[in-house]
Amino acid sequence: MIEKGVENMPYINEQIHEFNGLKVHLIPTDKFKTVTMFLQFCSPLNEKDVTKRALLSYVLKSSTKHSPSAQDLQKRLDDLYGASFASMLSKKGDYHILTLYMTAANERFISGASAKLFDESVKLLSEAVFEPAASDRQFDEKIVEREKRSLRARLESIYDDKMRYASQRLIDEMCQHELYRLHTYGYSEELDQVTADGLFEYYKKMMAEDQVDLYIIGDIQEKQSHILNTIQSALPFDKRQNKTRDIRINFNPVIPNEIKVVKENQDVEQGKLNLGYRTNIIYGDPLYYASQVFNGLFGGFPHSKLFMNVREKESLAYYASSSYESYKGLMIVMSGIEFSNYDKAVDIIKEQLEAVKNGDFTEHDIDQTKALLRNAVLEALDNPASLTDFLYRQVLTGQPVTAENWLHAIDQVRKEDIIKVAEKTTLDTIYFLQGEEAE
Amino acid sequence: MKQIYFDQLQETVYHHKCDNGLELFILPKKGFNKTYAIFTTNYGSIDNHFKPLNQKDWLKVPDGIAHFLEHKMFEMPDGSDAFQAFGNQGASSNAFTSFTRTAYLFSSTSNVEKNIETLIDFVQTPSFKKESVEKEKGIIGQEIRMYNDTPDWRVYFGLIGNMYHHHPIQIDIAGTIESISHITADLLYDCYRTFYHPSNMMLFIVGPENPDKIMELVVKNQADKSYTDQQPIERKYPKEPEGVSEKSSVIKMGVQTPKSLIGFKERRVHRSGKEFMEHELSVQLLLELMFGKGTENYKSLIEDGLIDETFSFEYTEEYEFGFSAIGGNTEEPERLQNRLKQIIDEYKSGRLDEEAVERARKKRIGGLLRAFNSPEFIANQFTRYYFNKTNLFDLIPVLESLTTESLHKTLHEHFSDEAMTMCAVVKK
Repeated sequence: MIEKGVENMPYINEQIHEFNGLKVHLIPTDKFKTVTMFLQFCSPLNEKDVTKRALLSYVLKSSTKHSPSAQDLQKRLDDLYGASFASMLSKKGDYHILTLYMTAANERFISGASAKLFDESVKLLSEAVFEPAASDRQFDEKIVEREKRSLRARLESIYDDKMRYASQRLIDEMCQHELYRLHTYGYSEELDQVTADGLFEYYKKMMAEDQVDLYIIGDIQEKQSHILNTIQSALPFDKRQNKTRDIRINFNPVIPNEIKVVKENQDVEQGKLNLGYRTNIIYGDPLYYASQVFNGLFGGFPHSKLFMNVREKESLAYYASSSYESYKGLMIVMSGIEFSNYDKAVDIIKEQLEAVKNGDFTEHDIDQTKALLRNAVLEALDNPASLTDFLYRQVLTGQPVTAENWLHAIDQVRKEDIIKVAEKTTLDTIYFLQGEEAE
Repeated sequence: MKQIYFDQLQETVYHHKCDNGLELFILPKKGFNKTYAIFTTNYGSIDNHFKPLNQKDWLKVPDGIAHFLEHKMFEMPDGSDAFQAFGNQGASSNAFTSFTRTAYLFSSTSNVEKNIETLIDFVQTPSFKKESVEKEKGIIGQEIRMYNDTPDWRVYFGLIGNMYHHHPIQIDIAGTIESISHITADLLYDCYRTFYHPSNMMLFIVGPENPDKIMELVVKNQADKSYTDQQPIERKYPKEPEGVSEKSSVIKMGVQTPKSLIGFKERRVHRSGKEFMEHELSVQLLLELMFGKGTENYKSLIEDGLIDETFSFEYTEEYEFGFSAIGGNTEEPERLQNRLKQIIDEYKSGRLDEEAVERARKKRIGGLLRAFNSPEFIANQFTRYYFNKTNLFDLIPVLESLTTESLHKTLHEHFSDEAMTMCAVVKK
């Protein structure tokens, strides 16, 4: 029979090994039916490189020297029992993270599969990174052009996803003078200027300078030394200068002096109302954990002020929520409403923040919020991607992070800390996407 | 309680049928923090014409009522909200309505037994009040508007609308702002009493749990409630012609990138059990063989600039219907449609490449193993297959047993000219 919650067993077992320019994080666990690898490249956000970096993420995932066409590469993956290989970009504060990730089935669950699925997947990952489809000076031009089309299509399609569009527009307006304004996937109008050799030059720079971390999650307990040997020879990153990646060092707080209001008209049925607040509280700040609780209470959960008032009490919206950008110190509110309810919705949202400032919430509300935060973190550990995201925080802040500490610190948050966060939360920008006839 | 061990996946499922008919399944998952439970009724948006419990006359209900009922289910008789009860117990809860099912679920890492009781109890305690029904219309109205602004949703329902003459599958799951205005508390009770009897429902729980303990709890919970046996539910669906209703349609919206889909309406329906699973997997494998990322077809579609990475294909089958949908964003909707049609025609005139079939099979097996990492996938899909009288854990063996002959047969039956239709969203 299964015993729940073995005493003294940590939630995560992470072992870190360093090989020259690569940090390998092994997370052995038998709960998944796959082995997943995340190779993370971290670099400061940079206006002149942002589009190149985005295009590079497309080029690297779609071909290698030995499998120059996307079809060759895909066939190899399919033969490895549907291994998946993809890339993604994310923005964490002023850092731009490029991730290449690969998932392969655990051979144990496949009748008649060769025991080489893991080795073959590492080989493919290694090829993608160290032997891309390029000469020694430039990427294959045809591939670059193909991937430009792909990326351009992605960038243009944001316009048709109004929720994402409104979120992006809010940050455009709100962070106009900060690096954080830069779009994670770059700009379609800059794509034409990127050349196959310029991109290759940037690739070389990334390979030499970025901080590189590899996470391997799966049933790897018994073959750790084999895995480490394989990785060491497959991913020979040169030693690089150790730069401290502590988001707090470069963090510049911004205090809004007036509320900026931006309204845009488009052919839509529903208005998208996004409000950007500044808290200036980021990971590592003494009020970080209180900010998590504040967000849960304000708009993060179904018992929150926003959900209860904008949706349940006033029936103004189907969704009304807040999210906390903990690498940048922002609190973003999102809702979808009738155009004519703009003033009413904005007033109600503002009132909810005032209510938190005035301490208008009970100990019970706090306990419930903490319980849901605890639940959210523990659930995140049940998924390879969110588990990696949780652990990667350590790389970006230079501080050790364990699930146990996180849970404990949430538990310690007091009512007055939450009020302090609310007091530091200042409205910066309101963005409203409305119909063509609305004013 | 029965125990079923699935050797290949190394999973054990425990099954028990309660005296009142409720089907209970438990899948213990070692090493996971969370427990996920989903309580589902075999009732969705297509079940809009039926004989209400203990009534003689047929009743046709407004579009969107199953989804509306799902929203109102959370309201408790004392005016409280089940959402909040879960929150109090550290669980996050949710619900969804599909064409054929309505499901209520939670996930939690603590108070699991209490949360299971809350889940069963709130769904088994209807309370619909006039005032709160009216209030919900504002919230769902915004949900409908949100979908109306989503071009992917519009083109998908446009395609289904082209396929069906009369079948309620073409109705938007949430209904329209007009149709939900006719929903009343009494109608919600009619639907509830007819479709939420335990004998029409199942509960699936997956997580680091002791199955005996959970079973005992659920059995006791059900025994304490005074359910009496219910007659089989009588549902009526209109007679649907085999062919499609419209060959093609165009929707104009304020989009930047047009979208285009082609689809095939499955003409032979009412499959169940192994036959259902074989058919579903066959169509899916054929789609992969014709349009998968590793194919020459995909390559040429990309090179000609007709598709981008949003291109996808899917096949959906339930007892009452089946249809495939292929497409995505494109600058040339009409040209893409014609090319997709041409690819299918060429494929039908050729021979199945055994090597490619093997590769597609392997790919699918790996994809399934990835999906089996997810408690949500296991619970939701187990429920869906169970309602279709088959077992999720048979997917890999059935996939391995598919023959080229049966694939060939499905290719010519499903992808027929008469069953094809197209829908595009274009710039206004």
